[in-house]
Amino acid sequence: MKAGAPERLIVDGKRLDGRALDEMREIEARIGIFKRADGSAMFRFGNTHAVAAVYGPRELHPKFIRDPKKALIRCRYNMAPFSSYERIRPGVSRRSVEISKILKEALSQVVVLEEFPKATIDVFVEILQADASTRCAALNAAVLALADAGIPMTDLISSCAVGKVDGEIVLDVAGVEDNYGEVDMPIAVTPRDGKVVLLQIDGILTVEEFRKALQLAKKGCQKVYEVQKSALLEKYSEEDVNAVRDE
Amino acid sequence: MLFETSENYVRKLVADGLRIDRRGFEDFREIKVETGVAPKAEGSARVTIGNTQVLAGVKMSLGDPYPDTPNEGVLIVNTELVPIASPTFEPGPPDENAIEISRVVDRGIRESKCIELEGLGVGEKVWIINVDIHVLDHDGNLIDASALGAISALLDAKIPKYDENEEKILYGEPDRPLPVRDIPVAVTSGKISGKMLLDTTLEEESALDARLTVTTNKNGEIVAMQKGGSGFFTFEEVERAVELSVEKGKEIRKILGGIRD
Amino acid sequence: MGEDLLVSDHQLVIPGQDLARGYEYLPGKGSFRAGEFIRSKVLGQVRLKEKVINVVSFSGVYIPKPGDGVIGVVDDVQTTFWIIDINSPYKGILVLSEAVKEFVEIPKTDISRFYDIDDVIYAKVVNVTKSKIVTLSMMDQRAKKLRGGRIVFITPSKVPRLIGKKGSMIEMIKEKTGCQIVVGQNGVIWIKGEREDLATRAIVEVERESHTKGLTEKVSELLNGKDL
Repeated sequence: MKAGAPERLIVDGKRLDGRALDEMREIEARIGIFKRADGSAMFRFGNTHAVAAVYGPRELHPKFIRDPKKALIRCRYNMAPFSSYERIRPGVSRRSVEISKILKEALSQVVVLEEFPKATIDVFVEILQADASTRCAALNAAVLALADAGIPMTDLISSCAVGKVDGEIVLDVAGVEDNYGEVDMPIAVTPRDGKVVLLQIDGILTVEEFRKALQLAKKGCQKVYEVQKSALLEKYSEEDVNAVRDE
Repeated sequence: MLFETSENYVRKLVADGLRIDRRGFEDFREIKVETGVAPKAEGSARVTIGNTQVLAGVKMSLGDPYPDTPNEGVLIVNTELVPIASPTFEPGPPDENAIEISRVVDRGIRESKCIELEGLGVGEKVWIINVDIHVLDHDGNLIDASALGAISALLDAKIPKYDENEEKILYGEPDRPLPVRDIPVAVTSGKISGKMLLDTTLEEESALDARLTVTTNKNGEIVAMQKGGSGFFTFEEVERAVELSVEKGKEIRKILGGIRD
Repeated sequence: MGEDLLVSDHQLVIPGQDLARGYEYLPGKGSFRAGEFIRSKVLGQVRLKEKVINVVSFSGVYIPKPGDGVIGVVDDVQTTFWIIDINSPYKGILVLSEAVKEFVEIPKTDISRFYDIDDVIYAKVVNVTKSKIVTLSMMDQRAKKLRGGRIVFITPSKVPRLIGKKGSMIEMIKEKTGCQIVVGQNGVIWIKGEREDLATRAIVEVERESHTKGLTEKVSELLNGKDL
């Protein structure tokens, strides 16, 4: 453990921020937050705040990278310089390139790319505040922005992280846990089909602990899904829907 | 485009329970590890898995530590997909594929804590350990080959002598072996036609839906994991990949046992 | 309503949501079959047409389909065809034979004398291939070059709202403003007349308030000069 670590991160079954081991931080999600983009959304886990914008499907340049059979998803994950205590140097980093890649791959699993041959769907995610699980928040926001843009998808994607802190498997690592925790395991699943579309682990887990972590993650993703669902349905109130019915 | 037709062929074959080179789904190609191949490096290794060939070199220099770990050495992993290895590799800065390999390899080494970084301070400075992975021939399964190359080169590495009066590193004059206490091994399960395959070839990878790399340590614990590709895994498949990795990791670790002797 | 139906007509649904179980119903626009289920592909509203379950999305770019009337701008002029920007990820192609009735001696003709870059046209989509090659035609009664006037964009999925029941909304705007208005299915609207500003404001109002109740009254008030 690094210098400056608190002696214990779990006291009497509670974490330092008062949460139970299987408790998530407060979650918030909204769609249609930007005017210019074709679709947009925000997603927040406590102090981790991601916003996403989608442009497209639109024409892809240069021509030679077009796929005549399906659309391409391009994804940019970026952390705002002021999102973290230590300033994030603007521009691409190895970390941001890798995260952008895995987000793009996860999204490609649900978007019906075949409907838009040759075109591109551009997904931009900015992390405005970072307190662990930024890639999960990014993915949760991105999939909502895609839905807001009217892009066809076979399912949503819900993502959260499980970690190991003080030898215990906990849901949604945050704050000091992120700095001194032993394991971080971000995961993303399609809520209807239970497909695992993103999975990473940093840190040591026994096979038994891993199985436990997987079960806890399932539960967490389900919670995220409920919030995403409400965010999508809330944009159009009952009254609005009735208005459309009168058309 | 090159593999457009073989992609369908691979899918069909795998669906029928077969592989082009007649291996079982859970068999690796022959693995060869040769160390000390780059004499001017502090450590080096050439790893071949079938036709895939990777060269890894360790270079060490003195530099500044991270502020929060003042006495610990610093590990930096970099991968170059050099253009000689494949017609699809282009010169230029590392692309997302090269970066992903670097970061997956880095994670396995870092999280397994296999290098004892704590004792690597020299005065105000610390040893910077640069692991450079050069992919020379791409016939699939680059992540496993690169990870194997990196840990082999680290096992081969010797810290050079340091002349404190002259403040100079005496390259070519080994002082002591780099302290390495564990051997992380990455094993990647590829998914094709709904089946799980180990050690996929380039041709097979043209039909790859998704892959899951699980890195394990000598205790059989998971130290790192990475899902890649735009396909998905079921929860059952994830658990199977973990079992396979633990099992194969043990076998592969045996091959590396001799490096330190 | 069969027992297999899991949603009601006009219900708001999200991507991946189960709409029906079993094989009595058929997937339509915005829905797909996943095993024994029919699921929604988009965020939108269920529209049942007998046994077909459609989901109408509230947003999305314009994807051309045959029969649509679209407004486009000439992007490029080639030797025997024009490339038309139709406010979509896919450009439209207008070939000479679909554009001009007279005989044209190609080697001696610069076809920009028929349609030149930046000309605005109202054309018919005649064909869309699997790889989204979109061919347009001017061989239609309503197809024409649109001279002068101005262009307004609205969300393509809101075009039916702008047209209204049996054209009631657009007819009201035309009548009250005295403007010529052409509505493209691609969300591009052309307006020409002395009161273009008022017509534009009315169309923007439809775009902005399309999901609310009493839209017709709101637009009518605006057109009658009542302050909103």
